[in-house]
Amino acid sequence: MKKILSGNEAIARGAFEAGVAFASAYPGTPSTEVLEEIAAEYPGIHAEWTPNEKVALEVAAGASYTGARAMAIMKHVGVNVAADPLMTLPYTLIRGGLVLVSADDPELFSSQNEQDNRHYARFAKIPMLEPSSSQEAKDFMVEAVMMSERFGTPVLLRTTTRISHSMGVVELGEAQPQPVPSIERHPAEWVMLPANARARHPVIEKRICDLKDYSNTHPFNVIEMKDKKLGIISSGVAFQYAKEAFPEASFLKLGMTYPLPDRLIREFASQVEELWVVEELDPFMEDQIKAMGIRCRGKDRLSLCGELNPDIIRAAVSGVEPEPFQKPTLPGRPPSMCPGCPHRSLLWALRRNKAFIAGDIGCYTLGFLPPLDAIDTCLCMGAGINHAHGMATVFGQGKEKIAAVIGDSTFYHSGITGLANLAYNKGAALIVILDNSTTAMTGAQNHPGTGITIRGDQTVNLDLKKLVKCLGIDWVKTVNPYEVKKTRKTIKEALAHDGPSVIISKAPCVLLKSRIVTGKPLVVDTEKCIGCKVCIGLGCPAIEFREEKSFINSSCAGCGVCEELCPQGAIGGGK
Amino acid sequence: MNVLMTGVGGQGIILASDMLSDVMMRAGFDVKKSEIHGMAQRGGSVMSHVRYAERVASPLIPLGACDILLSFEELEAARYVQYLKKGATVIINRYRLSPPSVISGKEPYPDVIPIIREKTDNIVMVDGNSIAEAMGNAKGVNIILLGKLSTFLEADEALWIESLNSMLKEKIRAANIEGFRRGRQA
Repeated sequence: MKKILSGNEAIARGAFEAGVAFASAYPGTPSTEVLEEIAAEYPGIHAEWTPNEKVALEVAAGASYTGARAMAIMKHVGVNVAADPLMTLPYTLIRGGLVLVSADDPELFSSQNEQDNRHYARFAKIPMLEPSSSQEAKDFMVEAVMMSERFGTPVLLRTTTRISHSMGVVELGEAQPQPVPSIERHPAEWVMLPANARARHPVIEKRICDLKDYSNTHPFNVIEMKDKKLGIISSGVAFQYAKEAFPEASFLKLGMTYPLPDRLIREFASQVEELWVVEELDPFMEDQIKAMGIRCRGKDRLSLCGELNPDIIRAAVSGVEPEPFQKPTLPGRPPSMCPGCPHRSLLWALRRNKAFIAGDIGCYTLGFLPPLDAIDTCLCMGAGINHAHGMATVFGQGKEKIAAVIGDSTFYHSGITGLANLAYNKGAALIVILDNSTTAMTGAQNHPGTGITIRGDQTVNLDLKKLVKCLGIDWVKTVNPYEVKKTRKTIKEALAHDGPSVIISKAPCVLLKSRIVTGKPLVVDTEKCIGCKVCIGLGCPAIEFREEKSFINSSCAGCGVCEELCPQGAIGGGK
Repeated sequence: MNVLMTGVGGQGIILASDMLSDVMMRAGFDVKKSEIHGMAQRGGSVMSHVRYAERVASPLIPLGACDILLSFEELEAARYVQYLKKGATVIINRYRLSPPSVISGKEPYPDVIPIIREKTDNIVMVDGNSIAEAMGNAKGVNIILLGKLSTFLEADEALWIESLNSMLKEKIRAANIEGFRRGRQA
C-alpha cells in the first residue's frame, strides 16, 4: 500500500514497522511531528513528551535495557542537551534496538544555530543513517533498529528540515512484533565506573571497525555508474538536489554515512574523472575522503552555510553562474506574536520599566522585533535566567534593572536549575515566567505543567508557584498580563525588590481553547482617535495605522490591552 | 509539473498542498512536496513546493521552473517570482494582508502585478475570500482556491472529490466540497 507521508511521519511509520515499543521526545522544529504521529497513529507504542532531551534519551535507554525497542527524537540543538548520556551510552550494552533521531536545520528556518550533527556520530562512535526521501526515512528507521541490535550500539538517524518536512510517496511494509521485555543484569556493561568503562572502550573501537566493513557492503551505499566524466558522492536531501542538477553524472549515493565505506569510495573515485562531494553544512565526508588521500572537490565552491538546492549545486560544480536575478524589493513579512498573545503586553510593560531583558527560546523571542524591541539576548534553552543572574551580580544589588523572561515549557526544560542557582547565590535579577500552559512555538504540546499527557490523559499538574518557592525564591507574584497597567506596577515593585524575584505571567496561549480573551474584535472610534500611536507601539498585527488614525482589523482577538492603554478612550466594543 | 503555493501562515496552505500531493499520487504520479513550518506559522510568509512527474528527485523547485503559482495573498504572489518559468500561470487570490511595515504606516502596500508581468502575462485573479464569505465558510478559502487550481491540472474532478472525502473531517466535508466546486467555476 502506498501513502504520502512527510519524512517525520515516515520515521514514525518505520518505528511501528520495526516493533518499537517506546518513544520519547521534547518538541523542537523540525523534529516535533515524529512523536505526535506516533501518539496519533500507533497506539501500541508508548509515547511521552519529556521535559528535555537528556531525559528523552535516558528513558529510551532504560526501555532498551529491558530488550524493548526504543527511540528518542529531538532537534539538532536538543542533542547538545542529550550529549552527556549520548557519549557514554555506546560504552554500555544495548539490548533492544535504540535509535536517536536528530533533525537538523540547515538554513536556520526555526533554530538558533546551524550545527551539523553528523559530527555526533563520529564523536560518540556510533553508526549513522541519513535518509534522502520519505521512503528512505521509513526504511532507514527500520534498519536503524536492526543495526542497533546487531551491533549492540545506539544508532543515529539524522534528518534535516527538507527531509522531515517534505512529503513523498511511501510504500508501506508489515510491522514486526515487539520483543518481550525481561530483566537481565549486566553490571560490567551497565555500571560505567572507570574500571568497567576502561574495559568497554576497546569494544567500541573494535565495533566501529566492524561497522566500517558493514558500511562497505551495506545496500544503502550504492554506486550508480553513468557518465564517468563527473562523479558525485552525496547523501541526504543533497543527493536529490545533485541528481536533479546532474541527472547524467555517476553517483555514489550514501545512506550509511558513518562509518564511511572506505573501499567503496576508493572504487568509485578510481572510476570517475572528476570527483565531487556534495553535502550540506560541514565537509564531514569530504574531510574524511581527503584524509584517505583521495582528490575531490566540494567545499572549495559549495558554501558551509545554509541549505543547498539544485541551482546552487549546478553553479558550483559547472562553474557557470546563473543569470543574476534582481529580487523585487517588497515589504518583509517576518513571523510575529499572534493578535491577543499574552506575551505582548507583558514584554511591553517590562520594556516600559526600562529593564534589560534576557530572553529565551519560545514565541516571546519574537518580541525582539520593533516596535516592541523587548528581547536583549537569546542563546539557548534556559540561558536567559542565567544571563540575567550573571549580569545583575556584576553590578550588585539594586544597581541596574535586569530581568529575564522564560516560557513555562522552557522553564521545565532547563530553567529550574538556573533559578535554584540564582536563589542559592543570592542573586538580584527579576525572572518572569511566561506561563501560557503549553509549548506554543512548536504547535502547542503538553508538558509537566499542563496536567495532560501527549495522548490527552489527565496526569499530575506541577504547581509552578510552589516549585519556585521551593527553589528558594520568597518574592513571587502572579499577574494577568492582559491587565497591563497592574502588571507594569508589579514589575516595578519586583525590580525595586531587594533580592531575587519571580513574576508568573499567567494566561493561556491565545491559540488554545482555554484562552481567556473574548475573540471579538475591538473597534476604534475615529472621532476620538488622535493618531498618537500608543496602541501601534504594541506591535499587534490587528492594529493598523491608516490615514493618521488607528484601525483594528478582523484578526483582533479582543484581548483589550490596547483599549486599556489608549489615552483617549477611543478603543472599545468587542463584548 | 511544478506548482508553488504562497501566502501567509494560517491561510491553510499546508492542507491545500497536502491535498494536491494526494490527488497527484492517486493520479499515478511520483510526488514530492516541501515547505517550512515552525516560525512561519506565526503570520510569516509561507511557500510550499509541490512537484509531480514519473520520477521526482529534488523536493524543491529549481529557479525558473515553476509552471503554476497559486498565491493565497496578493503581495506574496510577487515575493517568489524568480521561481516562475517564462509564461507560467499565476493564480492570485484577491486578498490583501498588510505586513508589519504597511500596518504601522511606514510604507504602502505594493503594486504586485507589474512585478509578475515581467515573467508572465498569464495572471488569473480569484475572489476566494468573497466566495468563502458569501458561503458563510470563511475558513474554506484554501479549498475554493484549490478548485480554481484544479482547472489548470490534468487530474479528473473525481480524484479531487475522493481526496477531499478522505482528508477532511466529516463535519466540514460537505461545505468544502461545495467550495471546491464554486472555485472551479470562479
